[in-house]
Amino acid sequence: MLSMSTNNSSYNDQGGADSAVEIGQETTPTSNSGAGFGLFSTDFKKNDDLKEMLENNKESLKLEAMKRIVGLIAKGKNASELFPAVVKNVASKNIELKKLVYVYLVRYAEEQQDLALLSISTFQRALKDPNQLIRASALRVLSSIRVPIIIPIMMLAIKEAASDMSPYVRKTSAHAIQKLYSLDPDQKEHLIEVIEKLLKDKSTLVAGSVVMAFEEVCPERIDLIHKNYRKLCNLLVDVEEWGQVVIISMLTRYARTQFTSPWREDGVFDENSERAFYESDEEKTRDDTEIKPYTMDPDHRLLLRNTKPLLQSRNTAVVMSVAQLYWHLAPRNEVSIVTKSLVRLLRSHREVQYIVLQNIATMSIQRKGMFEPYMKSFYVRSTDATHIKSLKLEILTNLANEANISTILREFQTYVKSQDKQFAAGTIQAIGRCATNISEVTDTCLNGLVLLLSNRDETVVAESVVVIKKLLQAQPSQHSDIIKHMAKLLDNITVSMARASILWLIGEYCERVPKIAPDVLRKMAKSFTSEEDIVKLQTVNLAAKLYLTNSKQTKLLTQYILNLGKYDQNYDIRDRTRFIRQLIVPNEKSGALSKYARRILLAPKPAPVLESAYKDRDRYQLGTLSHTINTKASGYLELSDWPAVAPDQSVRNVEVIEPVKEWAPSLGKTGKSKPAKSSDDKFYSDSGEEEEDEKGSGTSSSNDGSSSSSAESGSDAESDEDKSSSQSSEESEKSSSQSEKSSSESDIEQKKKKKMKKPPQKKNVKPPNKDSDSDENGNLARKASSSSAEDSSDSESGSVTDSDTEHQKSKVKPKEVKLQKEVSLLDLDDFTPGPATQPRSVLSPSLLTDLEGLSLSNISTMQVSGPAFVPEKSHNLLHRMTGKGLAAQYQFTRQPCLYQPNMVSVQISLTNTSDHRLEQIHIGERSPAGLKIHCFNTIEFLEPDASVTVSMGIDFNDSTQAANFQLCTKEDQFSVSIQPAVGDLFLAVTMTEQDFRKEQGKLQGMNECSATITVTAENTSSQPLNRRVAAMANVGVVPSGQDNVHRFAGKTACSGAVLLVTVELRESSAAVITINTEKSVMGSMLLRDLKKSLAQA
Amino acid sequence: MIHSLFLVNSSGDIFLEKHWKSVVSRSVCDYFFEAQERASEPENVPPVIPTPHHYLISVLRHRIYFVAVIQSEVPPLFVIEFLHRVVDTFQDYFGVCTEAAIKDNVVVVYELLEEMLDNGFPLATESNILKELIKPPTILRTVVNTITGSTNVGEQLPTGQLSVVPWRRTGVKYTNNEAYFDVVEEIDAIIDKSGSTITAEIQGVIDACVKLTGMPDLTLSFMNPRLLDDVSFHPCVRFKRWEAERILSFIPPDGNFRLLSYHVSSQNLHPLRSTSLVAIPVYVKHNITFREGSSQGRFELTLGPKQTMGKGVEAVLVNSQLPRGVLNTNLNPSQGTYTFDPVTKLLTWDVGKINPQKLPSLKGSMSLQAGASKPDENPTINIQFKIQQSALSGLKVNRLDMYGEKYKPFKGIKYMTKAGKFQVRT
Repeated sequence: MLSMSTNNSSYNDQGGADSAVEIGQETTPTSNSGAGFGLFSTDFKKNDDLKEMLENNKESLKLEAMKRIVGLIAKGKNASELFPAVVKNVASKNIELKKLVYVYLVRYAEEQQDLALLSISTFQRALKDPNQLIRASALRVLSSIRVPIIIPIMMLAIKEAASDMSPYVRKTSAHAIQKLYSLDPDQKEHLIEVIEKLLKDKSTLVAGSVVMAFEEVCPERIDLIHKNYRKLCNLLVDVEEWGQVVIISMLTRYARTQFTSPWREDGVFDENSERAFYESDEEKTRDDTEIKPYTMDPDHRLLLRNTKPLLQSRNTAVVMSVAQLYWHLAPRNEVSIVTKSLVRLLRSHREVQYIVLQNIATMSIQRKGMFEPYMKSFYVRSTDATHIKSLKLEILTNLANEANISTILREFQTYVKSQDKQFAAGTIQAIGRCATNISEVTDTCLNGLVLLLSNRDETVVAESVVVIKKLLQAQPSQHSDIIKHMAKLLDNITVSMARASILWLIGEYCERVPKIAPDVLRKMAKSFTSEEDIVKLQTVNLAAKLYLTNSKQTKLLTQYILNLGKYDQNYDIRDRTRFIRQLIVPNEKSGALSKYARRILLAPKPAPVLESAYKDRDRYQLGTLSHTINTKASGYLELSDWPAVAPDQSVRNVEVIEPVKEWAPSLGKTGKSKPAKSSDDKFYSDSGEEEEDEKGSGTSSSNDGSSSSSAESGSDAESDEDKSSSQSSEESEKSSSQSEKSSSESDIEQKKKKKMKKPPQKKNVKPPNKDSDSDENGNLARKASSSSAEDSSDSESGSVTDSDTEHQKSKVKPKEVKLQKEVSLLDLDDFTPGPATQPRSVLSPSLLTDLEGLSLSNISTMQVSGPAFVPEKSHNLLHRMTGKGLAAQYQFTRQPCLYQPNMVSVQISLTNTSDHRLEQIHIGERSPAGLKIHCFNTIEFLEPDASVTVSMGIDFNDSTQAANFQLCTKEDQFSVSIQPAVGDLFLAVTMTEQDFRKEQGKLQGMNECSATITVTAENTSSQPLNRRVAAMANVGVVPSGQDNVHRFAGKTACSGAVLLVTVELRESSAAVITINTEKSVMGSMLLRDLKKSLAQA
Repeated sequence: MIHSLFLVNSSGDIFLEKHWKSVVSRSVCDYFFEAQERASEPENVPPVIPTPHHYLISVLRHRIYFVAVIQSEVPPLFVIEFLHRVVDTFQDYFGVCTEAAIKDNVVVVYELLEEMLDNGFPLATESNILKELIKPPTILRTVVNTITGSTNVGEQLPTGQLSVVPWRRTGVKYTNNEAYFDVVEEIDAIIDKSGSTITAEIQGVIDACVKLTGMPDLTLSFMNPRLLDDVSFHPCVRFKRWEAERILSFIPPDGNFRLLSYHVSSQNLHPLRSTSLVAIPVYVKHNITFREGSSQGRFELTLGPKQTMGKGVEAVLVNSQLPRGVLNTNLNPSQGTYTFDPVTKLLTWDVGKINPQKLPSLKGSMSLQAGASKPDENPTINIQFKIQQSALSGLKVNRLDMYGEKYKPFKGIKYMTKAGKFQVRT
């Protein structure tokens, strides 16, 4: 490290000069570096040139300058002196220029903290920008500037961004958490709060990043995961691949603390280090199993099941992380499903191979069976890199057993002849290991190795000698001729390790070769002075042993060698010589020890165990850096042992009023009929199921086992047992916001389960009935409830500011407060199914437009007016694939409904995309049963490629609950659903300012909700503001006497309740939105939509 | 996670550095250079090198080392996979990923790296998203930019990043709508001295080039999907549908991408015939001998096709690393050209097409170092070849359907078999 820092400083000193040289070259970017030292004199001029360019007014020059500066940074040249000139451009309008300035800032801010502060206000402003890209990048840069003074600002920005509407900004804030933590670890407590909040986020975009932040900041706070565990499991498939890796490794750790071991006592798993602990654990399980067999926690199973598809990922890191998860968590018999995928990774890049092979090496020690069928995939190719070769060798050795040893040995024979001698030597060691492990082949191997002794290559021979030595030690009795053979080799072998090994062997077994041993010693005495140290030591050893066994012949030789050793240059040898002399040559000074000399020197020694270098690697979690380098890397998180008794499972339950739990698999898909308008819209796009339906479908749907209810996606509440359901819920997640995709899927589903299909609906609220169900169902219920809890908490944290929430709380009934979920609230509050009355009307759509503007008002002060704005956006009702060629789209006309005043009129355009005519298109069954729909008349037929527009009226009963009904043709029935946005449920009215004030006076307290927001610049003038409000909700503009106050009025379609919207603009682009209406839930929903709309560009 | 990235060329110069957190001195690369020196071949540099305060994880591609500096525990594959993705992106943007290309486009490279990682954690790695953020440099665009002063940087947040199909950019429009699929199979094999197959397996990929307007939803079905039991997918493929119906259903990314890769090992290719292996399309007759005491060695090599289903074997290239003792060769190819590099001892024979009537052969003698003992190993022969219009495993695409859009796309499917790591031991 010392050298590093000095290096660095000297490097920095040169920086200025170097950079100038580089600038000179930058103008011709392709020119070769190293040519331009002659430009030294023009240094400062060139830098000035850049400064001038930056201070120029022309954007293009500035950009050019920044590009050159980035070039300098990329080369590692010092460009810090340009800081003042660069930082001026931080607020540039040119996006590329701005980005490059950001690059520069992040690089040098730490060095120029004071100057960097100049730029902070720009970022603070940008944090409030309506464009999420700008907000996100401002936060990115702000948090990357490592200036301690701005820590409070960063903290504030992070907190704010964590509740941003855009998941992209929230993701950025999760990244910023880690940056702030590394800058100032004291902020930990505050950051944990933000992490806790973000963990509840349901966006797949955020999940990976926040888990990363969790791992970095507070990995010990495992309790934060409990409530999010199931959500994370369910989201996993749709998280981006990098996030998957992080989440999986976190969940592995989590699962090891929360579940009991699935490894039965018959499993032969050696956890070397924790053996004792493990055994006690085992006993406990054993005792238990007598009474009740091990049953896996359903959450444990959930994790395993949801990670399995990721084995098919193209990302090798994901595959590896799933593999390690199975290795550490799955029951023994299931681990092997990862084998095939791991072997497939071997075809990838060299570096990937290296890591995967390392992990396989560790695995294959414990579980030969897993990889044995794929043995041939580990055969070595001559083109493999050396470290790959030795890993393959390692694995082949681990896999060797009685059955395949002959194949492996044959393969090894080829390797021994390899030109890569290092590899050949490795092979010999491998052969040695096979020989000790499998007693049947010991003799064969030994003979083979002896043959190798005549090899021409010295390293091969030396390695063979070493290995033979080890093998002989295990069974010396039968092999005296091999020892003799090796003694002969001593003349030729020059590798010291091999010579030393031979000497040791002869010494150890000198009684078996009584004639040869003294002769060897004689030769060694002759060459003693020219030998390597290790050989000298063994020569001394040999001499001592021979002296003890055969002192008559070797006494003089030993004396001679000991004398040589006494004056050796190496102190080790001198020490050893002195020690040996005292030990073996009895004299008056040598104490009791010399009596035991023979027992000391010629003690029977245990044979060395040849074992894999990967034997102990499994103490590290597989796939980790620590596993690869076989030492604990900094920041490595230990994988805990299984708990003997599982901690309380209920911590993962999320208590809420349980949403509907039963779903037909195809249901989720129909949610597509209402494509998401904004990123947040998908929160409402999910479909739910009616309570009434549930009883009837109870049996079938519990067989299906699918349950889905979460706000964001169906996958959040996935059933446990049934494959098809998990499929459907995963699909439904995608489908809820992506129509094409889901349509194709629902197509299949439809074929399969047409009968079971239920019309989807807005989520309904239902009291928890966990206990009433069977085990499986109970589990379902829990899951469903968990997801909805996440929902509610999310909607609280995600989109409503604190004050707002409180406000809302104060207004709604206690029961609803507990939910805090606007959608559900609304349903409960406003859903009063009335009797179905369906007057059939023969009015055609054209007539409808003719009648436009007709007043249907019956309130004296209020006149229902035409809509100020009709959204052109039409929504998918039925995709043509789902509808077997029949496609339907719907649109809210925002006109007063002709059929009944309390209905909302909807225009539906039907198109026949099939190749045959569709007959008798009409509306069939609807749900809820009490849903009042004014149907269009049956369309007798629709020619291919023809389309027709019809209008219908729906009584939404002032709730945003979806209207579900069946669109029928002669042959088929398709469940469809119309989902109104809250703004479409109103009718615009005109009234005077006085009337407005009067109405407003009546609707105070509980009926009022308001919020302060920051509006964007363009929304501060009346025109765009009016347009925006009108686009969001069907309200009429009330003429206003004040410039800064804008008023809008409307009434709900069904009950005719008055809705008053006031937008009061204040200074510095703040605005107060106030909504007065008795339908307080609709009011608060509208408030939120308006907030979002006005804050956006 | 990833702290810094250094790009090192084959001569050991750092030519680009990028830091995502605080700056790490480039002297940290000294540890890497040490390892590089110790390694005999460029490939032998260990991918993970621990240093006292950091860990270096590197990949080698196009003779450039991409060295990532890591400070704490992270799955090494995570970093390796990411680095490869970086290289792929560069290749995608600049056509080639060479030192010169990177130096020429250093600003774009920097912008890309900035977008790909935030605080060392991958942010946007999908090529479709990146291309919306930063437009790839083309000659035309460079000219236009210099004239109009416009930039390569996109003004909009790529919508894909927020959508459920993050891999596809929005607003795609083409006048010619086309979708091409290449089924490319590589056969990896080791053939032993006697010509029998030791191991053989097929690595297949389906690469797609999809240029379709809007949001097409494609399904691809196979005649014999049973072959595909070991597959990995692009994230766009709906896994559940594959599991249930063995149909690939997906909304494709725009442009080129790898839809699927699969592995057919000798075990699962013919489940009924236990002994049968992947059919090897070529055979090699060889006779390479060195005699003790003689300074001459004989070299004979003949190639021939077998089991090629009537398709011609093309672009055959043979190379072999001859033993160190070989000084020079004097060989006669019956067709094609051969070269021998006396320094690296690498023999290359560019055969071309195999004519079944007149089998190509390479015969002659090798001269050995005088006095040196005979090399104890015969060289391994690596063979490359191509067979057009056939997938060795027999995989066949049944049909491609498009939903979600109204136009009729032009569809094309191409098959090819190539030699992967095809080695013959002699």
